[in-house]
Amino acid sequence: MLTFTLRRLSLFIFTMLVLTLLSFSLSFLFPGDTVINHSGQINATTEELADINKSYKMDEGIFKQYSAYLSHISEGNLGLSMTSQSPISHEIMALLPATIELSLVALLLAMIIGIPLGFIAAINHNKTSDNVILSLAMFGYSIPVFWLGLLAIMLFSISLGWLPSAGQISLLFEIQFVTGIQFIDILLSDSPYKWQAFSNASAHIILPACVIALAPATIFIRLSRAAMIEVLAASYIRAARAKGLNSKQIIFRHAIRNALIKIIRHVGLQFANLVTIAMVTEVIFSWPGIGRWLIESVYQRDYTAIQSGLLVLSCFIFIIHILTDFIYAALNPLARGNNYGS
Amino acid sequence: MAALTMNYKLSPTLVILAFVSTLFGCNDGDKLSLSERSIIYCSEGSPESFNPQLSTSGTTSDATSKLLYNSLIAYKGKDNTLGPSLAKSWHVTRDGRKITFYLRQDVSFHQTSNFIPTRKLNADDVIFSFNRILNKEHSFHQVSGGHYPFFESVKFADLVEKIEKLNDYTVRFVLRRNNSSFMANLATDYAVILSAEYAQQLVNENSPHEIDTLPVGTGPFILKDYRVGSFIRFYRNDSYWQEKARIEQLVFDISPSKTSRLTKLLAKECDVSSYPIAHKKITERKDLQLESITSLNVGYFGFNTKKPPFDNKLVRQAISLAINKQALIDTVYESQAARAISILPETSWAYDSETPELGYDPVKAKSLLEIAGYAQGFSMDVWAMPVQRAYNPNAVTMAKLIQADLKKVGVKVKIVSYEWSTFLRRLSLGEHQSFLLGWTADHPDPDNFFTPMLSCSAREVGNNRTFWCNKEYDELLQKALKTTNMSQRKKYYAKAMAIINEEMPLLAIAHSKRFQARGTNVKGNILESFGSISFHDVAKTLITDESSPLVDIKNAEQESQ
Repeated sequence: MLTFTLRRLSLFIFTMLVLTLLSFSLSFLFPGDTVINHSGQINATTEELADINKSYKMDEGIFKQYSAYLSHISEGNLGLSMTSQSPISHEIMALLPATIELSLVALLLAMIIGIPLGFIAAINHNKTSDNVILSLAMFGYSIPVFWLGLLAIMLFSISLGWLPSAGQISLLFEIQFVTGIQFIDILLSDSPYKWQAFSNASAHIILPACVIALAPATIFIRLSRAAMIEVLAASYIRAARAKGLNSKQIIFRHAIRNALIKIIRHVGLQFANLVTIAMVTEVIFSWPGIGRWLIESVYQRDYTAIQSGLLVLSCFIFIIHILTDFIYAALNPLARGNNYGS
Repeated sequence: MAALTMNYKLSPTLVILAFVSTLFGCNDGDKLSLSERSIIYCSEGSPESFNPQLSTSGTTSDATSKLLYNSLIAYKGKDNTLGPSLAKSWHVTRDGRKITFYLRQDVSFHQTSNFIPTRKLNADDVIFSFNRILNKEHSFHQVSGGHYPFFESVKFADLVEKIEKLNDYTVRFVLRRNNSSFMANLATDYAVILSAEYAQQLVNENSPHEIDTLPVGTGPFILKDYRVGSFIRFYRNDSYWQEKARIEQLVFDISPSKTSRLTKLLAKECDVSSYPIAHKKITERKDLQLESITSLNVGYFGFNTKKPPFDNKLVRQAISLAINKQALIDTVYESQAARAISILPETSWAYDSETPELGYDPVKAKSLLEIAGYAQGFSMDVWAMPVQRAYNPNAVTMAKLIQADLKKVGVKVKIVSYEWSTFLRRLSLGEHQSFLLGWTADHPDPDNFFTPMLSCSAREVGNNRTFWCNKEYDELLQKALKTTNMSQRKKYYAKAMAIINEEMPLLAIAHSKRFQARGTNVKGNILESFGSISFHDVAKTLITDESSPLVDIKNAEQESQ
């Protein structure tokens, strides 16, 4: 396990270095002055500009500049947003939790719906229910998310009036920002309308979470179906069957556990996909997350925000990736011993 | 022992049951009350500041003037007569140059998170509020940029000689000359009263700019929280000097996108929506109501009279003749606007029904162009404003229609549009040839159309982007301001309108109506015939007894039709 951890850690460090190198070079590639792109200070006076130049070591070699940039990032200084002139780290800290909340709920939803359906399809391999589930998955996977989002708003918000279409919670509720994850903040708050706020927030998250969950859920269906078919064909299942266990016992005691391990490997990969979908969905549902913020920054040519936002978002996705790898390794001893490849 | 285990087993279930029942219990009771006591208003943009003295944008005054502040005097009733507000009465000397205001003595300022007032409103506050604008040496004049666009455009500093404090509750304005629109200017959304005590506290704390970002006023609501581009939260001012507001919380949900405002309205996420689209869809719904008010505004197509070919009067006339106004009104305003004959709306008392209109005549336009020496036509820029306003809901579409109209007389049009603040800045620099813009009156006095839009002085500080300057026209306006005789004033303004329609510095297109949509359970007046919105007497009825008032409203609508 130690070698495994060390390997992941070194992978993490090197990937982060490459990512910072990319965001560092973006400042040179974007139009405008490099140091202003780094710092985002568009209204700086001549003296302030000289200070910034000094702190980013702009008059020294490119390696010195890069190390100065790295030291700024490691101190949590991501520069100022060019449009709002407030520190980007603050803006990201205020917005990232909302994205994490939405993505996690959607991921959970996708797994809860996708994995059992995939198992059912595998158990009824090549029967009608298998075909129905597979074609539904194919259909769901091919629906574009922006279209689905608008359709969902039209049906559930406007025609039926069941669910709200925009935001994280009704503006009537004042919830103190503590963690940024709305549900936790509501539970921590001392508002007299706590439970009402909780149900309001739940109603708000249903539509966007379902829209995001659709595509990953269909992938989970196909992954879990393939995993289950593979497991069911394995020799230990045949042995169990030969021992006289009935199919219920075989599936619940042996097959599900072993199939799940294969799926967990893919959760990290799917999460990156899910965050991309979440960014588009945040725009449609006016969700106050980092995706919407990043897309707005692109519209407003806020270069500092774009490069820092990309850095933080990819770092976040990478951390989730590594975390799922750890869970996989903890559950599956075979993965830990593998010193080569992967 | 057995009983004991039973108890242990039962208790979690009991706890959960109790928990669930409290959850649902709270839920129902509170839900009605919280949403019933609050209004969510879907507004079209973020205010630039929380001090309406600093801006002429409708979005800013909507979010501030009548909610957070009061002015000395205010317009009352349907015929817009001036009535008391913070000043309970006033007296004007016979020469019209000295105006004395007697203030109410029971008005307190807001108590906010950073300010606790220790005294009531008095003459110092009034003097502070106006001296900040008038006196360039004043310690607060330069805070937030030092520009007071409304007051600059009416030349307030030239008009007011001084403001005197006669005693704690009496203030006298001394004017350099008699000006009949002075009182009207004091009753606008911009002439609000700030707290001098708060200003002093901010000076001591060395953060004077907070006077415009963390406002303290005397109005029916107090600013609680503001997040740029997201929302503004107001609480009711419980110690308001008039009857306090009927709702406890007012939230502005800032939704610049037209479609998202419509979606939120239909999904009941906002109670009231500004500038709604899809009017038919809204009137079809039983639980929604569409209302409109004919505003004192004008949407126009202006020419830069300093740049060729528009320095030639004939070209301006020809282009105006070639534009089919009625088609613009039918398409861009969806027939929800009145055709403009001149810059003054027909609803104004000074409007002269004899004003000649140029009309639509492409043949005559063509011959005028020939006389002017442009028989082969020419190409020109039309600058279309990028935002929607009541006076022009879609300038780009309008520009395209004008493009098609002008093509018929051989004039090629290129449509130009910039982001709003860039657009305004470049217009003021005179980079344009022609432009689509409009004007909304700040008070019902007719001068508010003539002077800010087309006078010579408005070329530098005001909104005269045609750069047109006509001595005769300016003299007529001066004469009209000096007299108090209404019929005499009307004659002067009629002559001024005749000059405009002859010289054609701009082609007035339409006087629009301002639309607003709301749930039928929201009662009370929000829209005023001019100026900003008010939520003072707005209340919400319970959703359960929604059906009966709905019928009443329908009947009322039929009767009025």
